[in-house]
Amino acid sequence: MRMHFALGGLGAFLSELRGRARPVVRAVENVSFDVGSGETLALVGESGCGKSTVARCLVRLLDPTAGSIRYDGAELATLDAAEFGPFRRHIQMVFQDPTASLNPRLTARRMIEEPIMLHTNLSHRQRRDRVDELLDQVDLGRDLGDRYAHELSGGQRQRVNIARAIATDPRFVVLDEPTSALDVSLRSRAILLLENLRSRRGLSYLFISHDLATVRYLANRVAVMYLGAIVETGTTDEVFARPLHPYTRALLASVPVPDPDAKRDAFTLSGEIPSPIDIDSGCRLRGRCPLAQAICAQPVPVREVAAGREVACHLV
Amino acid sequence: MSTLPLSTSSPQHSRSRMIWQRIRRNPVSFAALCVIAIITLAAIFAPLIAPYMPDEPDAVAALQAPSRQHWLGADMYGRDLLSRIIFAARIDLSVAFAATACALAVGALAGAAVGYRGGWVDNIAMRGVDSIMAFPAFVLAMGITAALGNSTVNVAIAIAITQIPSYLRLIRGEMLRVREMEYADAARTVGNPTWRIVVVHLLPNCLPPLIVQSTLAMGFALLTMASLSFIGLGIQPPQSEWGVMTAEGAQQIVTGEWWLFLFPGLAIMITVLSFNLIGDGLRDLLDPRMRGIR
Amino acid sequence: MTPLLAISDLSVAFDSDAGEIKAVDHINFDIRRGEVVGLVGESGSGKSVTTLAILRLIPRPGRITSGRVHFDGIDLAALSENEMRHVRGARIAMISQTPRTALNPVIPVGRQVARLFMLHGRLSRKDAEKRTLDMLSMVRIPDPGRRAQQYAHQLSGGMCQRVMIAMALATSPQLLLADEPTTGLDASIAVHILDLLREMGKKTGAAILFITHDLGVVAEICDRVTVMHAGQVVESAPVRTIFHAPAHPYTRALIRSIPRLDREVAMEPIPGSVPSLLTPPPGCRYVERCGWADHCCWRARPPLDAIAPDHLLACYGYGNDRATD
Repeated sequence: MRMHFALGGLGAFLSELRGRARPVVRAVENVSFDVGSGETLALVGESGCGKSTVARCLVRLLDPTAGSIRYDGAELATLDAAEFGPFRRHIQMVFQDPTASLNPRLTARRMIEEPIMLHTNLSHRQRRDRVDELLDQVDLGRDLGDRYAHELSGGQRQRVNIARAIATDPRFVVLDEPTSALDVSLRSRAILLLENLRSRRGLSYLFISHDLATVRYLANRVAVMYLGAIVETGTTDEVFARPLHPYTRALLASVPVPDPDAKRDAFTLSGEIPSPIDIDSGCRLRGRCPLAQAICAQPVPVREVAAGREVACHLV
Repeated sequence: MSTLPLSTSSPQHSRSRMIWQRIRRNPVSFAALCVIAIITLAAIFAPLIAPYMPDEPDAVAALQAPSRQHWLGADMYGRDLLSRIIFAARIDLSVAFAATACALAVGALAGAAVGYRGGWVDNIAMRGVDSIMAFPAFVLAMGITAALGNSTVNVAIAIAITQIPSYLRLIRGEMLRVREMEYADAARTVGNPTWRIVVVHLLPNCLPPLIVQSTLAMGFALLTMASLSFIGLGIQPPQSEWGVMTAEGAQQIVTGEWWLFLFPGLAIMITVLSFNLIGDGLRDLLDPRMRGIR
Repeated sequence: MTPLLAISDLSVAFDSDAGEIKAVDHINFDIRRGEVVGLVGESGSGKSVTTLAILRLIPRPGRITSGRVHFDGIDLAALSENEMRHVRGARIAMISQTPRTALNPVIPVGRQVARLFMLHGRLSRKDAEKRTLDMLSMVRIPDPGRRAQQYAHQLSGGMCQRVMIAMALATSPQLLLADEPTTGLDASIAVHILDLLREMGKKTGAAILFITHDLGVVAEICDRVTVMHAGQVVESAPVRTIFHAPAHPYTRALIRSIPRLDREVAMEPIPGSVPSLLTPPPGCRYVERCGWADHCCWRARPPLDAIAPDHLLACYGYGNDRATD
C-alpha cells in the first residue's frame, strides 16, 4: 500500500483587507511523502509548521486546495464528501487532546462502538463483543467501558481514543500528537501500545509529533516540517544522528535530555516562528538561521543526497 | 488543568446514593419539583381527587366562604372552587407543556441546523428571529390569538410561536461553540453523516442551558395563557382555567368574596414559581459530569 | 542557614460526594535561598496542589488538614488574608502553564506589568512605565516599547511567557513558583525560556520551585529535585544524584520509563497506576506498584530520612538487597 501525498498551496483565507487582495495562509506548500505498508512515517515540526493541517487533509476534515492523495492506488483528493465516506473505514485518526476528542455525554463503549455500527452490519451482540475485544487490546478493563470521559484518567482516555480509531480495522492511522497531552511517564505505555497494535495488525502510521524522543522510538522514517514545507526526510536513525538541515539540527539541540551532565549542542535559532501569511520565496528559515547566506533568498531546491534522503537547503 | 484530583478512577457508587446527594445539593429545586409533581398528579387524577364535579351548581352554596363542605369556598353558581381549580390545572398545565414542548422541538432543531450550517442561512434565520423578538412577547401572543380565534389550541400555538425564537437563538449559540470541538471532528472522521453529528453528538451537548430556559419558559407560558384569558382572549368561560377564574373572581372583590380571586391567583403563582425554581436542579441532575463532585 | 521555604507535615484533602480525597499526605520539603528546586511527579501526584497550598489558594472543597508552611521564618497559616495578599505576588510569585490565559485579554501587556509596580512598589505611573520597559528588556523581549502596547493575543506563546516572567519578577520576589511553564511551548522556544529563568534566578537571587513531569527539563535547570508520588514525597536529592544514583523504586522506575533521544534504552512503563486518592494504601502509596514491597510498607508511611548528606529518602527498602531493581 502506498500513500502518496502532494499538496499545492493550501489556502485558509482570512478576511479581505481594504483594497488589497486577500492574504493567503499557505499552511502547507508542496508537501510530498509516501508511507509504505506496515511502516511508520513521522512528521515532525513545531507549531505552525502545517503538520496538523496535513493530518486533517488525510482524513478529510479539510479539503486540500491542490495535489493528490493516493491510497492503495485510489485517488482521494478529488473525491467529494460522500465518495470519501467508504474510505473512512480504512483511514482513521487518533486525536491529540484525549479529553476534547471524547464526547462528554457518551460512555466509552458507545464511542468505540460507533464506527463499527456505521461501517458494518454486525448485530448488537456482535458489536458488543467487538468492543470488549478492543478494550482488551488497548489494556482497558471492560468495566471502564461504561464510564464517561471525565471519569477516566488521561491515559485511559487516550486509550479509548486509540480503541475507537482501530475499531473498524483500518490500515492507515494518522496519529496526531497522541502522547503530547500525557504525562511523560505515561507516554511509554501509549507508545508501546501503538507499536504493539501496529505490528499485530499490520497498520501503517503517520505519526505527527513534536516530541523527538517518542519519534525515535516509533518511527522508521521521519520528515521534518517548517512553516508548511518539508525540509528534510530520511530514516529516523540517519536524520537524528546526522541532521543535514539547520532546522533539524536546531530542533534536535533544543530537546532537553534527562542527564544533568549532558552538554547541549548550542546551535539555536534566533527570533520567533514567523507568521505563515504571505511567506516570500526563498528559504523559510532565512530570518532565523545562523548559517544564512545571500543565496538563501533564492527558492530552495529539494535535493536527494542519498536513497530516500532528501534535504531542502542551499548549503548542503 | 488537573490540579484538582476529582473523580479520576473513582469507583461507581450506588445510583440511589448519588440521587440523594444531588437532592441534598439543591433542596429548593427538589421541593419545587415535588410541588409540580403534586399539581400534575392532581390534574391527571382530577376526577378521583376533586370532591365535586367542576360544573356542578348548587344554589344553596352560592358564594359561600371557605367552609367544611367547600374548602376553598364556592362561586356564584355554587360550584366548588377547589374542584374547579383542580380541573383547571389540566388545561393550564397541558397548554403550558404542549406549547413549550412544541417550541422546544421546532426551535432546537432549527437552531441546530442553522448554527451548524452557518453562512447566509444563519444570517437570514437570525434576522427573522430578531424581527419576532422585537415584539413584546405578550403583545405578540395577543395578536396571534386574536387572529387565529379564541380556543385552547390557538392559545398554545400563539405561545409556542413567541417562544421559538429564544430557543432557536440559544441552541444556535451553543452549536457555534460545540461544532468547533474536537469530538465533532472525531465524529466526522469516524464516518458519521452530518445529520448524525448534529443530532447525536452535538445537540445533546447544547441542551443544558436549554433545560433551565424551558422550565422558566413553562412558567411564562402559563402566565401568558392566564393573562390572555384574564383579558378575555383565548380560553373563555365556562371553561375552568385559572386565568378565567381569576378574572371572574376579580369582579367579585368589590362585594367582598375574596376567595374567588385569591385562590386561583395563588394557584398560578405557586405553579409559576415552582417552574422557575426547578431549572437549576434539573440541569444538574441531567449532567453526567456532575457525578461525584460536590 | 534557615531555608527560605520549609514545608512540614503538610496534608491537603478535598471533600467530594464519594468521600475525602487525600491529595497531599504529610509531606516535608525545603527550598533554600537562591536555588532551583524541581518538583517532579505524574498527574495526581499533588505537586500543583502543594504550590496552591503554599500560596493558601486551595479552592473549596479543599482544605489544609495538617502541617505548616514557613516562609522566611513566617508561619503562613498564621497570617490574615490581608497580610497573605501582601505576600502573594510580592514575595512569592507564580507563573503558570498557559501564559496567554493568565494575562488579561483587554489590557495592553505593558500596562499589566506597570500596575504591579504601582500596586506593590508604590511607584508613580511614569516611573512604573519606565521600570516596565526595563523589565521587558531584561526578559529579552525585542522592541519592548512596541510590545508593551500590544495585547496578549498579539503575542506568541513564548513572548507571553516572557511577559509573565517579567510580571512575576517585577516585585523582586524571594520565591518564584513555576508550574509547568514550558509545557505548552515549542521546544526551540522552551529552551530560551529555561535559559531565561535560570539567568533571572541568578540575577535576582530568587529561589525557583519548578514543577514539571518532564525529567529532561529537570536535568536542564534544577539544582535539587524532590520526587512526589500520589501525594507523598518519596525522595529528595541534588539533581545529579537523582539521575545517576536514584534510591527510591519510583524514581528509578520513572527514569526508566521515559523515551530518550540520547540513548538507546528499552522504555519500561511504570507498572500499575497511581492509586485512588480516595482510598489510598495506608502506608507507602507506591506499595502496589513497587517491586520490593514488604509488610511494613503497608502498615505505616516510611519516614523521610537522610541516607546521605542532602539526600532524603522515604523507603523501608533502602539498604536491603535490591540489586534486582
